[in-house]
Parts: sequence; structure tokens; C-alpha cells
Amino acid sequence: MAGNLVTINFSVNRRNYTVDVAADTPLLWVLRERLGLTGTKYGCGIAQCGACTVLVDGAAIRSCVTPVSSVVGKEITTIEGLSADRSHPLQKAWIDEDVPQCGYCQSGQIMAAAALLARKKEPSDADIDAAMSGILCRCGTYQRIRRAIHRAAAISGKGGTT
Amino acid sequence: MSGKTKTTKTESVPGGFLVLGFHVPVRRASAAAASSPAFAPNAFIRIGQDETVTLAVNKSEMGQGVFTALPMLICEELEADWGKVQVASASSMAKDYRHTSWGVQGTGGSSSVASEWDRLRRVGAAAREMLVSAAAATFAADRSECRAENGAVIHVPTGRRLTYGQLVEKASEMEPPKNVALKQPKDFKLIGKPTHRLDTPEKTDGSALFGLDVSIPGMLTALIARSPVFGGKLKSFNAQKAKTLPGVVDAFEIPSGVAVIADSFWSARKGRDALELTWDEGEGGKLSTDALREQYAQLARTPGTVARQDGNAAEAFAKAAKQLSAEYDVPYLAHAPMEPLNCVVDLRDESCEIWTGTQAQTMDQRRAAAITGLKPDQVKINTMYLGGGFGRRGSKTSDFVSEAAHVARALRKPVKVMWTREDDIRGGYYRPLWHDRIEAGLDASGHPVAWRHTIVGQSILVGSRYEASMVEGGIDETSVEGAADLPYSIPNIQVELHTPSLPVTTLWWRSVGHSHTAFVVESFLDELAHAAGRDPFEFRRALLGSAPRHLKVLELAAEKAGWGEALPAGRGRGIAVHKSFDSYVAQVAEVSVADGKVKVHRVVCAVDCGMTVNPDTVAAQMESGIVFGLSAALYGAITLKDGRVEQSNFKNYPILRMGEMPEVQVHIVPSREEPSGIGEPGVPPIAPAVANAVFMATGVRIRRLPINAEVLKKP
Repeated sequence: MAGNLVTINFSVNRRNYTVDVAADTPLLWVLRERLGLTGTKYGCGIAQCGACTVLVDGAAIRSCVTPVSSVVGKEITTIEGLSADRSHPLQKAWIDEDVPQCGYCQSGQIMAAAALLARKKEPSDADIDAAMSGILCRCGTYQRIRRAIHRAAAISGKGGTT
Repeated sequence: MSGKTKTTKTESVPGGFLVLGFHVPVRRASAAAASSPAFAPNAFIRIGQDETVTLAVNKSEMGQGVFTALPMLICEELEADWGKVQVASASSMAKDYRHTSWGVQGTGGSSSVASEWDRLRRVGAAAREMLVSAAAATFAADRSECRAENGAVIHVPTGRRLTYGQLVEKASEMEPPKNVALKQPKDFKLIGKPTHRLDTPEKTDGSALFGLDVSIPGMLTALIARSPVFGGKLKSFNAQKAKTLPGVVDAFEIPSGVAVIADSFWSARKGRDALELTWDEGEGGKLSTDALREQYAQLARTPGTVARQDGNAAEAFAKAAKQLSAEYDVPYLAHAPMEPLNCVVDLRDESCEIWTGTQAQTMDQRRAAAITGLKPDQVKINTMYLGGGFGRRGSKTSDFVSEAAHVARALRKPVKVMWTREDDIRGGYYRPLWHDRIEAGLDASGHPVAWRHTIVGQSILVGSRYEASMVEGGIDETSVEGAADLPYSIPNIQVELHTPSLPVTTLWWRSVGHSHTAFVVESFLDELAHAAGRDPFEFRRALLGSAPRHLKVLELAAEKAGWGEALPAGRGRGIAVHKSFDSYVAQVAEVSVADGKVKVHRVVCAVDCGMTVNPDTVAAQMESGIVFGLSAALYGAITLKDGRVEQSNFKNYPILRMGEMPEVQVHIVPSREEPSGIGEPGVPPIAPAVANAVFMATGVRIRRLPINAEVLKKP
């Protein structure tokens, strides 16, 4: 049944990978099980919770419903690739505000926020609601996420590293 | 970089052995690290010559902040440099890690800080005394001239100083003191100060490892096909087709269903989908929650087991100037932690190592031992970060660990058993469905003189391994908590309980019995206030004369919320107060209703949890409990039809989203009382506060949760 496997080339966190995999495998499982990038989480499998959010060519997508065959040749950024040393303004802000509780959804939250900040330097509360309502947090950290995004925008505005 | 990168498991999974490193318990770390001597006076503390202070936490970190609060307790007395403190998750192997009153290792009942408050401060103080003795011996000075401070011991008269790292060898020779004096609260340096969580950084870069992230060499993945109805039994299965699929390794029966083993999640899922299964559904196939609610309502009109009796409620009710009665319904609820359940097992001939996110290490260890034929001390449980627990990971049957042990026993290879979200939502272990009937009588001046409350719902504990120790006289305390201990001064009170038995599995769900009793009690009290023509806040105040801590949080929440001040048109304000896990919480919710939907604009919360360890965590847990309770109040319902759970995932079991998040303000009552619970007490008051606010906004009284369009219709 090896005929079902295809060879896929793509880039994750600025590093190229070639993986032999069933073409319909969601990107999420390739990241987690084949590349060992477990920062991206499984929460629902049907694009309802956003725990699996990563950037594909800069846009936030749900990797649990994205067949790996659809990202051939694309640049993927996961939480592990956001910065080498937690220096991204969002990571700094997240730490300052002590956002995470259980922490499971936070990779998805931060990646969705990264896509938002990349296109909107000073997002309003309404922008945050629109960009972040797809990412569920069962611990209820939304209020702190909102504060942290505003804080990260302020850090970026002052020339914080990205 | 370019070219082919190998993607074999051993090379591509950097987490595999880091897991082991992080989770090596402190004791073993000190034994194994022979090349680097350490001062390890007990199972909780290890100080290295490099000045690192590693503190073991014997509680499961599921978001509630124990990986910070418990080290703070030790560090306060240890006088270590907080900036050098590292945390290790305690393994299941040492008896010292057991709960101070349960006798087994576990996390729940909002009890971590309260139960460890004394023990961990003593643990820290004893180690500090040994370090001080070691320094005094080195200085050839009297102990009384030496003071421990910020990771060093200072000889006060001369200013000489030895760091804890320098004292490692000498301190290890000292006798542990038999008695230690603990600091007075006024001398606390760390306890009570807002402190950044130690686990935050690794939860912002993907490096925090949850059970689902564990990978060990040679590990396979398993999914289980379970009965579609509660109590169903497997009649037959055909796995021929499944076994032909790429990546599928095996499929076999285990007690809870059929396990499909594969090289990856995706292969396992396809394999499971390809199984042909027939089940003997039994009685479980006939269950419907609509029918159950009717049966419960009938039962509520018959006498139950008495849980509280003050005076003669029936007589007082009959004579009352005004009589009121109401019935309330709340549904089954799933915990739905963001991380679905999972368990990794490496079973060998003489040992079994388990990696999972559990709240019940010792019980899981015993179950895994019984299943694998090993002794409990041959089974080691490594507790990973829990991607939410809310009670689900403290399984009364050790269900998710037991299943994994059964799979490992049959497979004899390292295996990770995973649950899909659908498995989680449909997997039972729910907060029970409850029906409450309640009656009260007011005297001519509007004062309540009679209160009769009948509760109907399954017991979480009856039939479980906890029944003998936790059910007395037919009363499961967790069924009536928050109702039988009604704090209001009413002369005649009767609380009764019916405990029907059903195949639907139930479990403690964040705040347990309080999750329904607070809704019923605080909603009905509001009904009484309106019937008496009184303001709901003033009405409660007048009845809380013998409950000063309830009264204090009630008044604080009302004051901070601007109770009585005008609101924008269309908005309503509701208040509720409730004690749970020895903490007192009052909340004022501000809502509006449009298009069959409640919008919660603002929640003001006051909490008295005794002395606070980390006030920022107290605030975070209140925020968290409010969101958790709001998800249930506005959306949460697990319903059964023909025995099948009608919900499957977040699309039909929704939880609150960012755009629905109210502004939450938390105010902490300063207190010198012993610390009490904080993980759960934020949940109970929010449903009644919102329901009472909806009544103020619309005139519609909410007697059923969730508050959906149907419930919001005017009668």
C-alpha cells in the first residue's frame, strides 16, 4: 500500500523538509509526529478550536484540516519558529501578562495573534475579537490575551525585536 | 538549508528524552547526579553547587498555578533566591508526594495550597535550618548569629557569607531539625506578592510538554472504538479491512472496546473508521435526557433521603403568608479540556512506565499494576503538563490509564492511546444531570420562614471506589454540597436527595455539586427577594447575619459593581454569592439580551480565600472559573437520544469565545484566615448571577440551563 504515499517538500521555520506521507494527512500530524514539532496542538480536528494554528506564507491556518499536499513549496511557521529565544513581542507580552494557565491552546493563540499583528500594527478590540474568536481557551484567558496583544503592539511600536 | 531531512522518529522528535530529564524526580536526580553533589534533605528540595534550587511539585499543573504557588511556600521558608528556583514534576514513586489528607497522590477539590500550606513551609524551614547549621559550623560561630537570606547564610556580626551552593556538602551532613518555627504572616517576603508563574515562558514557545506530546522510541499509536451507548458490550468485530490499510499494525479487543494500533494518528483513525462493529446495547440504548428529566421531576415530588432538617419546613410552609415553588433543570456536561485524553505506556517484563496528564497518580498506578500483573511500585507514572483537567483527569475508575494498560498488555510494545475530541465529548464521565424542586414560604413582612429543597440526580461516588469513605447514610455529600449548607438565616429548612442509578458515567466537574446547587439556591433566593418586593442584594444581606464571610464578599462585589446605580437601557444586573471549597465568592453580572442570546458585558467578582499565596493566580482563577461557568450557563449541554450522545465536538458543544468575553474585575478580601480553595470557587456564582441579571433585563426567570433562545422566551 506504499503507493498511497507521496513525497512532499515544504519549508518549516526556514528549514526545508522532504517527507514521504499519505497525501491526505493533515499538516498538523506531519508537524507533530514526523518533524517532532509538538508545540502545535490537536484540539478538535475540524477547525473549530484553533489549537493547531500555524502560519502558511504568513497567513494563519488550521493545520488539522490542511492536507499536507496543499502546502507543497510553501513556508510554514510554527510556534517553535516565532523566535529563537522568546523575544517576539507577543511572547514578551504573554510573559508580562502571565497569560497561560494550562497553556495547551496558547501556541494557537500566539500564532493567530502574530498573523493579526503582521497585518495590523495597532489592532482595536474589534480587530482582536475578529482575529481571535476562532481560537478557544477552556481556561478562559481571553481577557489577558487581549491585554497581551495590545501590549505586544506597543512593544513593536517601540521597535521591539520581531 | 535544503535537501532531504530524515524524519524517522528517533531523530526527529527532540522531546523524547527531554521529557525524562524534566520529570526525573528530585530524589533520583540527586542519586543519579553523582558527579554533581547536591543538598537534598527531603523529596521536595534539591540544591546544587551551581546554586540551582530544584523544587518538586507533587500536584498536577493543569493551569491552576500549583507549579508556582507550591514552590513559593517552600521558598518562603527556605530563603532561597526565587530567581534560581526550578520546578520538577514529582513522580508517583515516593510516598512523601501523597496528599496530606487523602493518603494517595492526587490533585483536586481545590485543595493543593490549603493542604500543603503547613507541610511545604515546614519542608522549606527544615532545609533552611540545616543550611544555617552548616554555615555556623563552617564559620565556627553560634547559630543564633547566622541568618539565611536570598540563597545564602550570613554571619551577622562579621558579614561573612556562604551561598547555599557552597554549603551543599556541609548541609548534607547536618541532622534535620525535629521542630521548626514558621514565620508570622507579617514577615512573608514572597507569599501574598503577585508573582510571575514559573511555567509561563515554556508555555509561550511550544516547549511545554503535555501528555499528548510525549514520544518514546518504538512507540505506536492506538485509538479505541468504544460502545456508542453507555453500558454497551461488544458482540463482534471484524478488523480485516482495517488491517489492510497503510500504517495499521493490529486491532484487538480490550474490555472497553476494540483497539486499533497504527504507526500514526492518521493511520489509526482511518483504521478505526474501517472497523465493523456490533454492540449489545442493553438498557443504555434506550436512554433519552428528555425522558430522564420527566422521571426526575416525578421523583422530586416524592420524599427523599433527608440531608438537612432544621425546624419543621412542611408546617412552616403550610402556614406561610406567601408560598412560592419552582423547578430547575441543568444538563449533563462534559469537561472538554483542550487537550483530549491520552496516555503513553512502556510495559516491560518487570516494569511499567507511564506518561500522562493525570490528577490521580496513586490510584492510576494501582490500577495499571493490577492490569499488567505488576506490583504498584513497579509502575511509575510521570505526570506531564495537563492541557486542562477540570476533574476529568482525576478519573474515579482510572479509565484512560486502565485502557492504555490493557492495550500495552496485549501489544507488548510502547504505545500512546489517544482520544479524539469526539471520543472526549461522547465519552461520558459527565457532570450529572440534575432536577431540583424547591419551595419557600414568606411571612407577612416578606421574611423567608420555610425552605424545602429536593434534589434529584445521579451520585458521582455511589458504586465507585470512593463510596465507602465519602457517602454516609445514603447521602453523597457532593450531591448536596452548596444546598445542605445553605447559609441564610431561615428557621425551617429541609433538604432531601434522590439518587437514581443509571448507566451514564458521571464525574466531578469543576466545582462538582456546587455547579448546580449554587444556580438553584441563588436563583430561587432571587425569586424570593422579588416576591417580597425587596432588592436582591439587600434581601441577601439581611439573611446573612450569621455568615460574615459571605456577607463581606457580597458587599464588596456590590460596592465595586456599583449596585443600585443606573444602567444603560436594556441592561440588567444580577448578583449571587456562594461558598465552596472553604472560599467565598460573590459576583455581579451585567447583561443584555437580543435575538435570543445573552450578552454578558461585565462581571465584578469578590473573593475571600483566606491568605493568598499568589494574588495574580487568585485573580486568574476567578477569571477562569467565570469563563468556564459562563460556557456552561450559556451553551453547555450533553443530551442523549436513543442512548447516543447528540453532541460531538465544539461545533455543537460550544464554549465561550474571545468576542463573547466580558470584562472581568476581581477583588480579593484581605484575610488572615488559613488559605482555602481557588481553582473551583469562581464557577458556582456565575450562572445564577447571569440568570438573575437576565430577569432584571427581560422579566424572564431562568430555571433551566443553558440559557438558550428557548429558555429566554417569555412564558
